Amino acid sequence: MIRQFLPLFATAAIAGLVLASANAAPVSYTLPDETAAFKPGPNLEVVQNNCTACHSADYINTQPRGPKFKKDFWQAEVTKMIKVYGAPIDDADAAKIVDYLAATY
Amino acid sequence: MLDRREMMKRAAMAALAAGFGSAKAFALDTVTLPFDNGERPLVKYPQKRPMIGLTSRPPQLETPFSVFNDGPITPNNAFFVRYHLADVPLDIDPDKFTLEIKGKVDRPLTLSLKDIRKLPAVELVAVNQCSGNSRGFFNPRVAGGQLGNGAMGNARWRGVPLKTVLDKAGVQQGAKQVTFNGMDGPVSDKTPDFVKALDIDHARDGEVMLAYGMNGEDLPVLNGFPLRLVVPGYYGTYWVKHLNEITVIDDVFDGYWMKSAYRIPDTPCGCVEPGTAPKATIPINRFTVRSFITNLSDGAKLKPGGTTLKGIAFDGGKGIKEVAVSIDGGKTWTPAKLGKDLGKYSFREWKLPVKLAAGAYELKVRATNNAGDTQPTEPTWNPPGYLRNVVETVRVTAA
Repeated sequence: MIRQFLPLFATAAIAGLVLASANAAPVSYTLPDETAAFKPGPNLEVVQNNCTACHSADYINTQPRGPKFKKDFWQAEVTKMIKVYGAPIDDADAAKIVDYLAATY
Repeated sequence: MLDRREMMKRAAMAALAAGFGSAKAFALDTVTLPFDNGERPLVKYPQKRPMIGLTSRPPQLETPFSVFNDGPITPNNAFFVRYHLADVPLDIDPDKFTLEIKGKVDRPLTLSLKDIRKLPAVELVAVNQCSGNSRGFFNPRVAGGQLGNGAMGNARWRGVPLKTVLDKAGVQQGAKQVTFNGMDGPVSDKTPDFVKALDIDHARDGEVMLAYGMNGEDLPVLNGFPLRLVVPGYYGTYWVKHLNEITVIDDVFDGYWMKSAYRIPDTPCGCVEPGTAPKATIPINRFTVRSFITNLSDGAKLKPGGTTLKGIAFDGGKGIKEVAVSIDGGKTWTPAKLGKDLGKYSFREWKLPVKLAAGAYELKVRATNNAGDTQPTEPTWNPPGYLRNVVETVRVTAA
């Protein structure tokens, strides 16, 4: 089950913190909008559909780059997302995601 | 104070924005951490000053390094933020908040924040440091949050000893560990919730704290409001935020975040040959010894003559015994003067007046703790990118 709270982020136009009073009041915190996006590339849609439910694109953008961080590196990451974090990604999509990541980052 | 890279980057961005007649596309400044692919946005969150944005969902914010030159205490609005799972509690009513203590105890408890605040309070100055602090400097690079040196901070924590609450609940014979869970959780119920464990003796050592106060204020939301665990000398992974569930168990906790994640090689240095896998691992635990020069950044230019180097040092709880500084790339070392002792878990400030004639210098700083542990000259390595504590080098030119 993926909890449907993503739209909350999209509608949070005004980042802020609401404190009704100084003493033991309920706190309502608003996270700023996400700004990071996946780079254009093959199977971008598959990546957006499968990865963004749980984390923002900057998790990928900030990883090390270079020849040692291509298919094997991204395959290990995608496998970890499925096996360890329980991401509901089928085999066909997993292969497409790895291809996208290796080709794009 | 911005370092040289931050300054250059900002200047470039400002020029670009001016050139295009609009700053909209460059609404955020960026900073560039000194490793490949180190460009990060400078982001503004409620209760925080501009911070180095690592990820936005879940939020991970790094402290700009210049903050560590301002004093031994890291302000709440500059303290780093690290979450693992994206269901972050954003609406918290402190009057309705409860902490449950259950499991192998005689009297399971449900305590309100008021109940906890009524218990005799203690204060402790302690460093919190992310296990992956400085991971971006690993060579070979490793997967994970690519942090510079700013995922650390030092605060005066106020709360009650965990021991007080465990004693109230009455820990039963045969208890082995205590687990800690917070209000934050995963987006998918297939993802392991973030739960950590400490051995029962550690949990009852009187120093591990349930903290509601930080530097004289309530905890900021993103630092665990209204209650977090403080585990002095231990990496931040144990400092569970939004703590609302404590369970005493009679075996060794086998949840993902203890059994598989946050583990270090079971070797004396916690390291292995770069690029290799460890034979056996143990849960990460105490900080390694670290020290930094905070008032000069790499690449700085200064006038020849006298200047005072200053910085911070800390370790996993033995306390800093000595900080030595080298201005000749590590050939000779001079002890620095230590600043006020705020306790064995705190940052310890240091300073040393030096004379720098015209020329290029490799400044180095090395701390030693009261157990004789010190910092390696060459960086150590492990697959998850933890424990970095190489002697830091700052290259400057006097001209």
